[in-house]
Amino acid sequence: MRVSRTRRLTVAAGLAIAITIAGTGFAQADELDDINKAGVIKVGIFEDFPPFSSAGTDLKSQGYDIDVINALAKGLGVTAELTGITGQNRIPSLTEHKLNLLVSVGVSDERRKVVAFTAPYAPYSIDVMGPKALEVKGPADLAGKSVAVNRGTLEDTSVTEAAPPTTDIQRFNDYNGVISAFLSGQVQLMVVGNDVGAAVLSKQPAIEPESKFQLLNSPSAMAINKGEDRLLAKLDELLAGMKKDGTLDAISRKWLFIPLPKEL
Amino acid sequence: MGYEFDFGALAQYWGLFLQGTAVTLGLTAVSSFFGIAFGIWGAAVSRGKSPWGRRIVASYVELIRNTPFIVQMFFIFFGLPSLGLRLSALQAAALAMTINLTAYAIEILRAGIEAVPAGQGEAGRSLGLRALPLFALIVLPQALANVYPALVAQITITMLESAVVSQIAVVDLTHVADFIQSRNFRSFETYFVITIIYLVLAVLMRRMLVLAGGRLFRGRSP
Repeated sequence: MRVSRTRRLTVAAGLAIAITIAGTGFAQADELDDINKAGVIKVGIFEDFPPFSSAGTDLKSQGYDIDVINALAKGLGVTAELTGITGQNRIPSLTEHKLNLLVSVGVSDERRKVVAFTAPYAPYSIDVMGPKALEVKGPADLAGKSVAVNRGTLEDTSVTEAAPPTTDIQRFNDYNGVISAFLSGQVQLMVVGNDVGAAVLSKQPAIEPESKFQLLNSPSAMAINKGEDRLLAKLDELLAGMKKDGTLDAISRKWLFIPLPKEL
Repeated sequence: MGYEFDFGALAQYWGLFLQGTAVTLGLTAVSSFFGIAFGIWGAAVSRGKSPWGRRIVASYVELIRNTPFIVQMFFIFFGLPSLGLRLSALQAAALAMTINLTAYAIEILRAGIEAVPAGQGEAGRSLGLRALPLFALIVLPQALANVYPALVAQITITMLESAVVSQIAVVDLTHVADFIQSRNFRSFETYFVITIIYLVLAVLMRRMLVLAGGRLFRGRSP
């Protein structure tokens, strides 16, 4: 059967339209081009998560994340637009394209199903901290020592699992209690995340606290939408550059009071 | 229904509940004993001849009764180590509770002493009793009988307020509940159970103290 001329034309036109739509669709899906075109990268940040991101005395956001974002934006040649998000709404905000980038995201397989991760850029760990003078190298050394911890947190469950039964684990209601008990010498050690640890180190206490060992080490990464391979490659390239030229190390020393861990 | 109650989830923690109850009762017993003993001494001084003694006792009562208990306890536990005095959480809790109860006991007992008719003291003096035996044998028993219900109420309050000591990681009844609910997330069941335990403890303690008081002050109470 002969296909009529009109019909062939229709098919050709249809194909052309389909290709055009697919083409524009493809162009729209590339967020790196969108970001460059708009001159703005939209980033979701926590508003109260010191020392990574919190409001300074001038009410402008400051912290580890903010410094990293600004350095990245500079590398991309765009400006960063910061939006306050919560732990519950941030991944939907990203996947609905309200944001281009999330920072301070813990890497997990469940999240990997929904978002793509950059290389890790910030240390996140649960540390057993103690005065410089006290010798503690591993969980076994906790035997017979007193340890302060915030009750019901991941730190609590981690140290409860790791410590020998003779460890005196004292559980407080909040981080203030944990820090006060530790700094006043009521307990010998404390188990906190490195964010809380940084708050203690920033005050430069006389007992010279230091991280004795880590109960958990899970560096934070940034998250972008899946399938944005060009954006991902660009971000990873910029992060690798910041690790190499010492920018990230300086940010780590400034906000966390520790050098950037080598494994990052 | 969205939430299924499961009190069985608490069964494995019965030993902890028992331990917490023992700590709460122990702290109450120690602080009540010393609080009332010091309270008697303070009340006697506040009714005594020394103007400095009266002033010091009055300042102490004002200081303690006009500041929150939790602040007093934090001062002892977190503050005193800066001055070189380091107490364990349990010692700090017992000391704070004693200091607190002493102030209230002084006020209660002072009222009790003032309510003893002046003729009782005069009668004692005319029998040739010195100040100390006069106070211990004649005035104090009557003063205690006068204010015994108020003292029992204050001891009960001390027991219930002791829940605050969980804040410095003393493993009392409240701390046990906080710990358990941070592990099994059964807040309703856990706090329901310790509410009942506190209620039973308070009622039983009051009953026993009233019963004991009836025997101690038989025939004395007006």
